[in-house]
Amino acid sequence: MLDVAIIGCGITGAAAAYELSKYQLNIAVFERENDVSEGTTKANSAILHAGYDPKPGTLMARTNVEGVRLAAEICRDLDVPYKKTGSLVVAFSDGDLPTLRKLYDRGLQNGVPGLKILSAAQTLKMEPGLSPDIRGALYAPTAAVVNPWEYALAMAETAARNGAAMHFSCGVSGIRKTKNGFALTTPKGTFEAKTILNAAGLEADRLHEMAGEKEFTIKASKGEYYILDKEEGGRVSRVVFQCPTEQGKGVLVSPTVHGVLIVGPNAQKTQDREDLSSTAEGLGFVAEKALLTVPGLDFSKSIRNFSGLRAASDTGDFIIAESKSLKGFFNLAGIKSPGLSSAPAIAKMAAELLLKAGLNFKPKETFINRRRVVRIAGLSPREINRLAGGNPAYGRVVCRCETVTEGEILDALRGPIPPRTLDAVKRRCGAGLGRCQGGFCGPRVLEILSRELGLPPEEVFLDRDGSFIVLGDNRKEAR
Amino acid sequence: MVDLIVIGAGPAGLAAALAAREAGLGKILVVEREGAPGGILNQCIHNGFGIEYFGEELTGPEYAERFWDDLQKTDIEILTETMALKVTGNAVHVLSAKGGYRILKTRSVILAMGCREKARGSIALPGDRPSGILTAGTAQRYVNIEGLAVGKRVVVLGSGDIGLIMARRMTLEGAKVLACVEIMPYSSGLTRNIVQCLNDFDIPLYLSHTITDIRGKKRLTGVTVSRVDDCLRPVPGSGIDFECDTLLLSVGLIPENELTRAAGIKMDPKTRGAVVYENTETSLPGVFACGNVLHVHDIADLVTVESQKAGRAAARHVLVGREPDSPIVSIIGGDGLLYALPQKIRTVSAEEDTTVYFRVNRIFRNATVRAAGPGGELGAFRRIHMAPGEMQRIKLSREMLQKSGGEITFIVKEENA
Repeated sequence: MLDVAIIGCGITGAAAAYELSKYQLNIAVFERENDVSEGTTKANSAILHAGYDPKPGTLMARTNVEGVRLAAEICRDLDVPYKKTGSLVVAFSDGDLPTLRKLYDRGLQNGVPGLKILSAAQTLKMEPGLSPDIRGALYAPTAAVVNPWEYALAMAETAARNGAAMHFSCGVSGIRKTKNGFALTTPKGTFEAKTILNAAGLEADRLHEMAGEKEFTIKASKGEYYILDKEEGGRVSRVVFQCPTEQGKGVLVSPTVHGVLIVGPNAQKTQDREDLSSTAEGLGFVAEKALLTVPGLDFSKSIRNFSGLRAASDTGDFIIAESKSLKGFFNLAGIKSPGLSSAPAIAKMAAELLLKAGLNFKPKETFINRRRVVRIAGLSPREINRLAGGNPAYGRVVCRCETVTEGEILDALRGPIPPRTLDAVKRRCGAGLGRCQGGFCGPRVLEILSRELGLPPEEVFLDRDGSFIVLGDNRKEAR
Repeated sequence: MVDLIVIGAGPAGLAAALAAREAGLGKILVVEREGAPGGILNQCIHNGFGIEYFGEELTGPEYAERFWDDLQKTDIEILTETMALKVTGNAVHVLSAKGGYRILKTRSVILAMGCREKARGSIALPGDRPSGILTAGTAQRYVNIEGLAVGKRVVVLGSGDIGLIMARRMTLEGAKVLACVEIMPYSSGLTRNIVQCLNDFDIPLYLSHTITDIRGKKRLTGVTVSRVDDCLRPVPGSGIDFECDTLLLSVGLIPENELTRAAGIKMDPKTRGAVVYENTETSLPGVFACGNVLHVHDIADLVTVESQKAGRAAARHVLVGREPDSPIVSIIGGDGLLYALPQKIRTVSAEEDTTVYFRVNRIFRNATVRAAGPGGELGAFRRIHMAPGEMQRIKLSREMLQKSGGEITFIVKEENA
């Protein structure tokens, strides 16, 4: 019998697993996809918001400021690429200036440290690439950029190292209330759990309704993005927002921990919760808006576009509460922006809810709160030679754009949650993330995965189960 | 300390190293990231190489082998599975499994890293993001090197040479190639490839069309091909749906100049390669560039000729010394041209005739290429047919350079326009 079954391994599920693995609890994570971060966590702005946006008093406001504070510690302890860049919200007209003031006041109420309203001249001095037409900006020094996949992965890996069971390609297809808790139907059989944390993202409402009564609805909203080559990466050095409107926070231009520039998103409601398509209109809108902020952006340096789905609920706020109809079933749902920022605080709230509900747990005597990753690209020649001396694979470059070596890929394969797909390698090591988008390293990564996992090449997927890349042997296929 | 480090052992690097040796240079080192020399030619198992340079038709590997055989007769050293990470005026930083991170000192450098293909993100193709969308070159590697089939029903976007070659290759491998789609009203590939790769296999070429939707949650299931108007915008309602499991992209090549840029070498935004002098020398003295890293060529034979020039120039740089101070003539690609190169000619160093390479930006018939300096026209060159896919050459005499007034602009004029 599990103490806690966590369903979903995006940022929310991973943060919950990490937090709960600090305690003497029998926990397991169930994820329907084949890797961590396969939903909203893999396709968003990769930003830790300072916290002036959410309305004071909401759960979003409460968890955001606390979440970014915790994120800095977690990223340090677990070796997650993180950079405190600060952020700017720019005003394009005098009409926008009251909005800046409103955000400033909200930020004060939410406890955001260090906020300042800057004049146009002060703003342009900080960010010379911005449009000369701006009228001023709100500066928030605590905003940061992070690698969202690795952030979730690091927490999930640490949970696994500390005893949490991880089940991938293992979606929950049925939940039955039992005398002592719940019975979960999965492809790996039935699991019994005293309590459930619902971190199922876009599917959170449907998961809840497998056993409980309808309480909320998830409304997916799609956002489309551009990634521009490192050549464009220096256009801004802080996250730059436009003034928020009814539709959302507007189109942002931001540096990333990888050195590329991220530009987006728009906001488009969609019924299809798997619709990750991009559209010419959507991308056109993003480019047009972004050029207002940074007129020099060169979209011919685009290396990738993607879309992400926001898992907003119809309540307008995060839902972090026990189900009204199901005792022992806790919803961590409607985690839209600033979900990435809030995750560790949401996880702490979830732990408190479990305690209050009567689940008894004490901290573990030993908790491994450390993770280190070799990243050859950032090392000095001396450090590289120390590593490559012991393991020549650290000298064998597989991905030429990002300088990722075979040694780093083998490290990932020997980690607590080994990658099984090309995209999983990309998220862990960066191979394929760069300007050629895996054109050169793809075949080599496929070969390494095939060899190390003992899979025939046709069973190595790009991303989701079934997304095969090759058919297998040429001559065999032709026959 | 060596005399020359050549980065890349593809057609450019091999020819450059050999020419430098023939010009009398001593210690030469070639650095190659793959396990064997030959570069992209190793996966180009089709024929058509060498017609211009050797006067006979060879496959890609055969073409590379000619140079490799010659190179093996010399003491030119080649480091395979070695990645160049950084270039300075007198050193190349490399990383390999065998040697670790090393800083190799040298008297000269030839950049011959080649180019890469544009991927889906470069052209913002709309739609889902399933597997089964590959650049033509990546598919070529899977099929020809790894012996793996990539799909059964194929659409090719872009009619560049690699796309055309792969349309034929996939057909020969038993796949059905449904269409080759080109956004421009003309193909950017060589005419012989249109005939031999598409027409001979009844593969339809859709000119002035592009892909407006991609479908598939896991593997690709289909694409929509739509006509485009004169401004290259898709025409609503013109879409044709194709059921396919594979989309090959052949939508352009980009010189791989990350090392060049990091070295602070002056770049030409039009070629996306280095700005070079008449002898292929870059703005960093002693560093030369040739082949597809300098500008994208349509045939390997022209890469060879350009790279031999770079090899001789590097040898001269080490053995004789830096080029003397000289008046400089700037070469400018004007109306009708995509680019022209070399961008700068030192009149003192220039040979009797200097070949200027250029590409036009659309198809021209019965046109005249005019070269003019600030003081007026210097020369006119008649051309019956010019297409963007075919690199053009014009010879400038020393006399024209001297009369130019420091700047020569090339423009194209259609006769009856």
